[in-house]
Amino acid sequence: MRFDFNDEQAEIKDTAKQFLASRFKPDVVRELAESSRYDDALWSEVSELGWPGIAIDEQFGGQGLGMVELIVLCEELGFACAPLPFLANAAAGIAIESAGSDAQKEKYLPGVASGEGRGAIGDDAVVIDAEGAEVIVLFGADGPRLVPAAGASLEPLDLIDQTRRYSRLTAGDGEPLEGDAESASNRMIVAVAAELVGIGQRAMDMAVEYAKEREQFGRPIGAYQGVSHACAKMLYDVEEARSLTYAAAWAADAEPESLPLAAAMAKARASEAAWDVCKASIQVHGGIGFTWEHDLHFLLKRARADAQLFGTAGQHKERVATLAGLG
Amino acid sequence: MDLTLNESEAAFRDEVRSWLEANHPGPEPHGDEAAFAFRREWQRKMHEAGWAGISWPKEYGGRGATLIEQAIFSSEMARADVPSPANILGLVMGGPVIMAHGTEEQKERWLEPILSAEEIWCQGFSEPESGSDLASLKTKAVKVDGGWKATGQKVWTTFAHESKWCMLVARTDTEVAKHKGLTYFICDMEQEGVEIRPLVQITGESEFNEVFFQEAFIPDENLVGGEGNGWMVAITTLMNERAGLGGGAAVAVSRDLAALIEVVKERGLDQDPQIRAKIADLLIGCEALRLGGMRAMTAQMKTGIPGPEGSIGKWEWATLNQSLTELACDVLGPEGLERGTPWTYRMLRSRANSIEGGTTEVMKNIIAERVLQLPRLR
Repeated sequence: MRFDFNDEQAEIKDTAKQFLASRFKPDVVRELAESSRYDDALWSEVSELGWPGIAIDEQFGGQGLGMVELIVLCEELGFACAPLPFLANAAAGIAIESAGSDAQKEKYLPGVASGEGRGAIGDDAVVIDAEGAEVIVLFGADGPRLVPAAGASLEPLDLIDQTRRYSRLTAGDGEPLEGDAESASNRMIVAVAAELVGIGQRAMDMAVEYAKEREQFGRPIGAYQGVSHACAKMLYDVEEARSLTYAAAWAADAEPESLPLAAAMAKARASEAAWDVCKASIQVHGGIGFTWEHDLHFLLKRARADAQLFGTAGQHKERVATLAGLG
Repeated sequence: MDLTLNESEAAFRDEVRSWLEANHPGPEPHGDEAAFAFRREWQRKMHEAGWAGISWPKEYGGRGATLIEQAIFSSEMARADVPSPANILGLVMGGPVIMAHGTEEQKERWLEPILSAEEIWCQGFSEPESGSDLASLKTKAVKVDGGWKATGQKVWTTFAHESKWCMLVARTDTEVAKHKGLTYFICDMEQEGVEIRPLVQITGESEFNEVFFQEAFIPDENLVGGEGNGWMVAITTLMNERAGLGGGAAVAVSRDLAALIEVVKERGLDQDPQIRAKIADLLIGCEALRLGGMRAMTAQMKTGIPGPEGSIGKWEWATLNQSLTELACDVLGPEGLERGTPWTYRMLRSRANSIEGGTTEVMKNIIAERVLQLPRLR
């Protein structure tokens, strides 16, 4: 028994953290979010590092690593609040690799893995990162299908989370994904849970830093238990979400039979944890945390969007109850 | 990352499991005294098989088990639903303190009777006016010929009425800062200067006592870790207490949750959306507690000491156990109000979970100050 990253995974995490901190400084995130766009050069750079294909099999041009390596990146991208089409592309890759036919895999996975022919993901209501993508993986009412982006018609959506591009598919023919969509979907939600862990960690770090600096009544506000205990609860929330998410990623690679329950637990907890931490962080910051000028709202809004993505906390709790014996 | 047991760990689990199956003492008898005698006998049986001192080094009569083996052992104890050994405070606190800070004579005198449950230990730390603020304690020990005389009052003293020895922290110097004037003694409970009064809890039972020391004599050779070092010695025992309590907690809560799920089904409430959501929260909380324990253990194997992260586990456990037992009594309806039933007992007993072994507020302070490095108010 050993519950931590191996040396290689720890190195991926460190490298990703440093790289993202240097490329996605707060003013860059703000500039991209406010202008509702991505920086293609940054996506190319990320692609050269091999991130889009990290968990895709080597025969399709990926690195052939596992879910644990993928969620290490997702967590750091959440921490950086990076405006990048990473998550949708990764989720599309998981869906096609797990549920696609050989022909579908050969057609789309190399582009997804290299980052040059991106995948988008969504359902009948919302599609993420379809703009500029090669193919859309749609988990719609008629079952999962692949919609070539070239022939699709999309209506952009103006959502509160401006760090990603959202739209609705209004027309577009697709071919069904006939394989194991259930397993794909469980892996996708673990990736989102990991992003939520990163968002929560960042919002907590900001609150703790602020609580050490900001002084009122002659001492740092972090010395008051009304504030310090709120910060302690942030750690409780983030660490619970982290334990469950890492364990679900491990299960995806090593113990697939326990993945459905582990994934539902991780997504339910991470959805609530990230939102609670972002809310509490704004509260700790006081008035400044409520301003557009402060960066916290980008995290709060992305946490809100991620919490809904691929099932809310309530929906996943219902799955937990079912899977754990209440039928 | 590997969340399963490796071959040797699995073999150890199987060994523990089959021993517990073969030696299960059966249901605990009713009544405090009968239950205590039962646990004392149970510990003797554990000791004969070499399990009582599972975490103790071999040179002191223990098993020298690794951290993972200790965790497996606690989990299997909870899984088999066997009682704790009678001398739990001696095993997780008294023994480790003597091993860490005691002289060779003290080790020779005290360790073996702790393991065999021949001599029971209790802990004299908390006082009526010194709970979370332990260092403010007032019980005094005054130097006399050949030893010390202790006077003062301790409270929440578990098993005091069964104990031979008390781990007594007393003030030996009133002139210095409050943390510096304390000394750690092992006080003989079987003497005239010690009076024990049971405290009746909200459950109606008496696990705890008040203990009054009136010039109780403690010979010089019963001082541990040197005069004035009591705070440092006491802190070691508290870390051990939290680590010791944590082991089987996740398994015990999971076991109770499984029982609750059966009650929910029997009552036909398994499709009630509110109950389902609450059960899901508990399932998620139990799993987070279990996994958090594994992460903390992995970290401890690297660094060698239990970190302050254990404070999250203590807090999680208290919250979970309280929510779980409340939900059970909700599900039981009027039956959940009846005196003396297992679930109402657990519901009432769980109120202490967020107080004993460090209140939840103290756990939050530890997390804020030692993990998040926030400034201290004091």
